[in-house]
Amino acid sequence: MQPIIINNIDKKFGDVKALNNVSFSVEEGELFGLIGPDGAGKSTLFRILTTLLLADKGSASVMGMDVVKDYKKIRRSVGYMPGRFSLYQDLSIEENLRFFATIFNTTVEQNYDLIKDIYVQIEPFKKRPAGKLSGGMKQKLALCCALVHKPSVLFLDEPTTGVDPVSRKEFWEMLQRLREKGIAILVSTPYMDEAVLCDRVALIQKGELMDINTPEGIVRRFAQPMWAVGAGDRYRLMQDLRSYEDTASCYAFGEYLHVTLKSGGAGEDALCQYLSPHQDLTMFRTSAGIEDCFMYLMQEQNQ
Amino acid sequence: MLQFLAFIKKEFYHIFRDRRTLLILFGMPVIQIILFGYAITNEIRNAEIAVLDQSNDYYSSRLVQKIGASGYFKITTALQSEKEITEAFRAGHIKVALVIPKNFGYNFYHNHKAPVQLITDASDPNSATTLLNYATAIVGNYQQEMSGQLKLPLTIDVHPRMQYNPALKGVFMFVPGVMTLILMLVSAMMTSITITREKETGTMEILLVSPLSPGMIIVGKVVPYIILSFINALVILSLGVFLFGMPVKGSLLLLLMECGLFVLTALSLGILISTITASQQAAMMISMVGLLMPTVLLSGFVFPLESMPLPLQMFANILPAKWFIIILKDVMLKGSGLLAVWKPTAVLLGMTVFFIALSVRNFKTRLS
Repeated sequence: MQPIIINNIDKKFGDVKALNNVSFSVEEGELFGLIGPDGAGKSTLFRILTTLLLADKGSASVMGMDVVKDYKKIRRSVGYMPGRFSLYQDLSIEENLRFFATIFNTTVEQNYDLIKDIYVQIEPFKKRPAGKLSGGMKQKLALCCALVHKPSVLFLDEPTTGVDPVSRKEFWEMLQRLREKGIAILVSTPYMDEAVLCDRVALIQKGELMDINTPEGIVRRFAQPMWAVGAGDRYRLMQDLRSYEDTASCYAFGEYLHVTLKSGGAGEDALCQYLSPHQDLTMFRTSAGIEDCFMYLMQEQNQ
Repeated sequence: MLQFLAFIKKEFYHIFRDRRTLLILFGMPVIQIILFGYAITNEIRNAEIAVLDQSNDYYSSRLVQKIGASGYFKITTALQSEKEITEAFRAGHIKVALVIPKNFGYNFYHNHKAPVQLITDASDPNSATTLLNYATAIVGNYQQEMSGQLKLPLTIDVHPRMQYNPALKGVFMFVPGVMTLILMLVSAMMTSITITREKETGTMEILLVSPLSPGMIIVGKVVPYIILSFINALVILSLGVFLFGMPVKGSLLLLLMECGLFVLTALSLGILISTITASQQAAMMISMVGLLMPTVLLSGFVFPLESMPLPLQMFANILPAKWFIIILKDVMLKGSGLLAVWKPTAVLLGMTVFFIALSVRNFKTRLS
């Protein structure tokens, strides 16, 4: 049984289309990433799946239960971590965890093995009020609270937003371990570098899914040759590249600009020629990352 | 059950860790009842009076002494001439001036008539009238004393009796009012705030995606406030009884049960407010403006309902406060039993059921 199935979901807020004909499904034990910028409709989809919002059209099911009809059953069996930190700030780590364990009719001790890896990291601060924790610790606590009742599906809405890089890495390592325990995880993130850590990703933009594939698959589909270009004066370099008639796309990416050409590989020499006046020019072939694909797809959708 | 207890425990943590809530919950009632009980009163004590005693004989000075010793007046100025009267009023301290013309005692016993003039500052008409009545009564008493056993041939003998409040203490009117006001505010405001806070901080989102049913969430949030509000009622009641000498003539058990009922009415009103508002601020505004003002003005607490225009009297009927004040006065002052107050009790009960039913209908099991 597929833990999450989404069929042609539409959702409007007034005149704004938050979700437009979204369909995908998540396999058992899969870590599925929903990747997209702010306002793409990720949180709306999460709320529909966690039975907090009703879709205008389409259907969805979680663990075989319909999100509209069986909402009470779904609420009992899923773990949900909203995008905004939503625990009790005036309760300590321990009190929060015990509270959420109890309202799900279980105890911390019963499912301790599931949260142990995460909990030991925040345990030294267990008497501290949740409101006084750092961003990374807050998210770890929220994950513990979402996990403490051993959910069959885990919904994590932007769990690493506002978290430092080290904690982000740790957080994703935990997700990998949870997947090994057989829990299906749907996670959303605006960070492209986290996409490669998922089994499969769906790229979402303005409420529409642009692609669903494995991270490698998405990159593979992006078959155009790509160059990384760097120079002393990056601003001028970017202006020059964007005004170059053969340029298909040009985005800043770390210290380099990623460039694709309309003429593909054939235009390499001409581009070299065109950019030669720049000082400290470096130019080499590179392979596209998820972010490149996203930018490309986004541009395609906008056109 | 374990879930429920955990929820209540959590709620108590919130209350006891938030100093502001605690202060509102327990500080406000005590301060308000003391404030209303002592400061806001329409009784007059120690009004400053100026005396122009032109007679200065034995009888006139005894009259002045009587007035000074009554407790209502404090003699602060002894005037020397009529001109000084206006000045004394202009200076603004005195409320009343007493003028005793020359030969007071002689006139009384020989001419059978001794005029005395009372001048009051009527820029505040109510207290001017009250003061005048007090002073006239003292003078009247003194007159009887002076005339001794002198009997008039035919008299109507009036025996006034102030039923239920023989000393005419204003506190008897204020304590029930303040109790009502405070219970209303604390219960309704605190519950509406505490529920909207869960919405505002996003915790409601998690609570909804849990096995807790909406009913359990609401009851769990409200139970601690039922307990605290009832304790509050006890505090106010004992302050009223021990500090201000309010009697409890009726059954204490009935009184406590009525208090409990009113707490429930106010709490269910608070729940209703929380189901129609999304932020703490909005909930607070509605509780303050929508409950405080009508409760103070239209419940018969400060201004008598009977003298209001009919539409306002009708409107007052939908205020739970009006009915509770009636119950409190009946049970505490008149010693009425349940039979006498069954009507307002039934009204409160009906309101509670109505508010709860409406809240349940309004409560959203989803976010929008």
